[in-house]
Amino acid sequence: MADDTGKFGVGALHLGIPNRRQFFQLGAGAAAGWSLAGNAFAQTERPGNPPDKPGGQVIAALSQEPTVFHPLMPGIEVDQGVWWQVFSPLWFIDPDGKFVPDLAREVPTIENGGLSADGLTWKIKLRSDVKWHDGTAFTADDVKFSLDLINNPDFRARSRVGHSLVKDIKVVAADEIHWRMEAAYSPYMSILGSLTFIVPKHILEKVSDPNSSPFHNAPVGTGPFRWGERVPGDHILLNAHTGYHGKGPYVERVVFKYIPDLTVLYTQFRTGQVDYTGLQGILPNFVQEAKTLKGHKIVVSATSSVEHIAPNLEFGPFADRAVREALYLAINKQAIIDTLNYGLPTQTESFVPQQAWSFQQGLPQHKYDPTKANALLDAAGWVRGTSGVREKGGVKLEFANSTTSGNAVREQTQQLLIQDWRAIGATMRVNNMPAAVIWGDFWQQSKFNSVIVGVNFMLGSDPDVTPRFGSGAIPAKGGRGYNTYQYQSAEADRLLAQGAKQFDLAQRKTTYGDLQKLIRNDLAILPLFQGFIAEGVKEGLQGFRPNINTSINCWNIREWYWA
Amino acid sequence: MARYIANRLAQAVMLLVIVSAIGFAILHLAPGGPLSQYAASAQMTQEDLDRVSKQLGLDRPLPIQYLDWFGRMLKGDWGKSYRDGEAVLSVISSHLGATLELMATATIIAVLLGCWIGILGALRRYSLFDTLATVGAMIALSIPTFWFGLVTIYVFSVTLGWLPAGNRETVGDGSFLDLLHHLIAPAMVLALVETAMWGRFMRSSMLEVINHDYIRTARAKGMPEWRILTVHALRNAMLPMITVAGLQFPTLLGGALVAETVFTWPGMGRLFLDSIGYRDYPVVMGILMFSAMMVLIGSLLADILYAVVDPRIRVG
Repeated sequence: MADDTGKFGVGALHLGIPNRRQFFQLGAGAAAGWSLAGNAFAQTERPGNPPDKPGGQVIAALSQEPTVFHPLMPGIEVDQGVWWQVFSPLWFIDPDGKFVPDLAREVPTIENGGLSADGLTWKIKLRSDVKWHDGTAFTADDVKFSLDLINNPDFRARSRVGHSLVKDIKVVAADEIHWRMEAAYSPYMSILGSLTFIVPKHILEKVSDPNSSPFHNAPVGTGPFRWGERVPGDHILLNAHTGYHGKGPYVERVVFKYIPDLTVLYTQFRTGQVDYTGLQGILPNFVQEAKTLKGHKIVVSATSSVEHIAPNLEFGPFADRAVREALYLAINKQAIIDTLNYGLPTQTESFVPQQAWSFQQGLPQHKYDPTKANALLDAAGWVRGTSGVREKGGVKLEFANSTTSGNAVREQTQQLLIQDWRAIGATMRVNNMPAAVIWGDFWQQSKFNSVIVGVNFMLGSDPDVTPRFGSGAIPAKGGRGYNTYQYQSAEADRLLAQGAKQFDLAQRKTTYGDLQKLIRNDLAILPLFQGFIAEGVKEGLQGFRPNINTSINCWNIREWYWA
Repeated sequence: MARYIANRLAQAVMLLVIVSAIGFAILHLAPGGPLSQYAASAQMTQEDLDRVSKQLGLDRPLPIQYLDWFGRMLKGDWGKSYRDGEAVLSVISSHLGATLELMATATIIAVLLGCWIGILGALRRYSLFDTLATVGAMIALSIPTFWFGLVTIYVFSVTLGWLPAGNRETVGDGSFLDLLHHLIAPAMVLALVETAMWGRFMRSSMLEVINHDYIRTARAKGMPEWRILTVHALRNAMLPMITVAGLQFPTLLGGALVAETVFTWPGMGRLFLDSIGYRDYPVVMGILMFSAMMVLIGSLLADILYAVVDPRIRVG
């Protein structure tokens, strides 16, 4: 059924995420990125067939503890690992970038009438064979309740981005729901698909405080696994939901084992105590050794996160674009990738992951060229003083660089940067802080000079980066968002506004391509490489599929089985 | 005696108030906050963070937050964890058993082994055994628990395959033998420093006692050596150890914090570290108060016990 593939555009081009073939037809593939992901898939081909009945268990080790089980409340990536098993979204985004219907019968498109041409009216047809874990039938009332709950002022909702535009929700039938959007907002498709899980009305409507109830620690969903038990600080156990409406689950139990220390986590994987190492995975320095372990597979895959140097554009020297370009030219990026990251990541020039339909090919490629960097600074009037440090108009080319203390690779990166930049007359000081400190006001209120950080800029799989680069998204200036770089560009604002209203894939691709060119040209960020993750899977465990469109690669444990 | 206990209790309450005020201030004045973990997420905007912060009451002045927390604590409401919404007392109690299990095992090992080494060292002063015990204790006190834990895992789990590399139990098993199997390595690591300390204290205490006149008198009377040791020397040498035992709780808790992290032991130590990392204020304050209470109770019990067995203390 064509409409089920998530195409919701018009004619030959569809707004939504194209499949791999469409991706290449559009010429938007990135060879390097795909080869990285290709390796991953090659190692996880599925021999044999899944069993008829769920059997066995999977112990999935996570380096952070899942603690938030209400999927609409503020949570971190690791919580999503549980949400994907217990709950279901209306549709999800598969590894190829396609929208795949889940609770919805089909993904709404302009073609199938699910979306009006102006993008303001949404009509969702739902499955009628879905049951909650307690046996109650899932209906359109649950969807309405979930959307209303997000917008309930008393509810501690994670985010209302997109949801706040939803008005006049009407339950037309038990299996159909309609609503009107206050303004056209195309990224909402992705927000609903990857970040919005539906919660049960029949349970949550009875609780007096929407922020606290027994449900929060023993959730009931429609997902492939039902809640078992939680031993705080140790593990969470989920049991197969045999009445699941989709394919699977094929294992009886899933145990999410919390192991905070990555070395210990790797050791337990090595000794066979855990079947899968998730979230932060295996440290790069162990990857080569891990590949030689018998009975284990190591899957290295790309993530949506882009590791970059974040300049505070309002800070003295960084306000000068020539300085940013010179600093970028003077970075020996390949050394950082090869020496410090064991050659595992791929260098990038964009904030969009190379596997995404919106990735812009042909951006100017970084070249390590200290000579050119020096010449650029000379031409821009940055003169070397007696100490060798350049200055211009009384402003010295001196700045601090911060990152999370204890992150060994980033700390080593800083040492390389100090050397690289000293060669062009720039002085960098290290000013690292613990995670809870640096990502607080220091980062959010732009109190830094520069920071090394990895950020997933995508909204689900959508390239709408208004919260990151929009002029109105600078928290230090009272804005709503995360534009901690303090990047301001009228052209970027125009493109962002335009892209969020477009419902045609080709048009959106052009718009966000132009935005990537603009941000690369302005060097609002100094990109280092696209993030990667090395995960271990015990041999015999089938079905593991890294998905760059989700925050956690154990999104599909329902498809896992022991061969 | 009642007046003595009342005085010590009053001091303990004052100390708790001071600990709570200082702890609350330090925790809240440290940069960052419970919501900073969401900063890297594209899902939550600054507006979302501000809204959640207000809903949690984090936007109020610090003294108001403290008074509110303190008032509720007095009524038995220690607040709710920001991370999972559970009541703090429930969060603490869910981790307490694992820590007590580890600490109790380590203490039993340390007391038995440490006292034996200390007594033997004192009786055979400057012998090869005593020298080896002294050097061994110095090494044990110098070894970082974290490193020793990793070495233990490498030797006994990775290389020999005798012990599990961590965890409190095998999920789905949980039999006594399984629990014991998992307990050996972390208890051994935690007991290392404790054993060395007990050994050193016991040796000093025993040395002091066996040089007293009444021991010489006993020997002069021809009393058997085993009887001198058990009836006269050991009883008196154990007296100062009551205080040592009372004050061991913080050291044990500190060791447990590291051992629990290395061995993925779901106890209070790890909960404390996690909660600090997430700036889960209610849980951190809960553990801080709980630990302070345990230390004060331990110290109080030791003092009372000491006063019971040595009446001179009560007078002082």
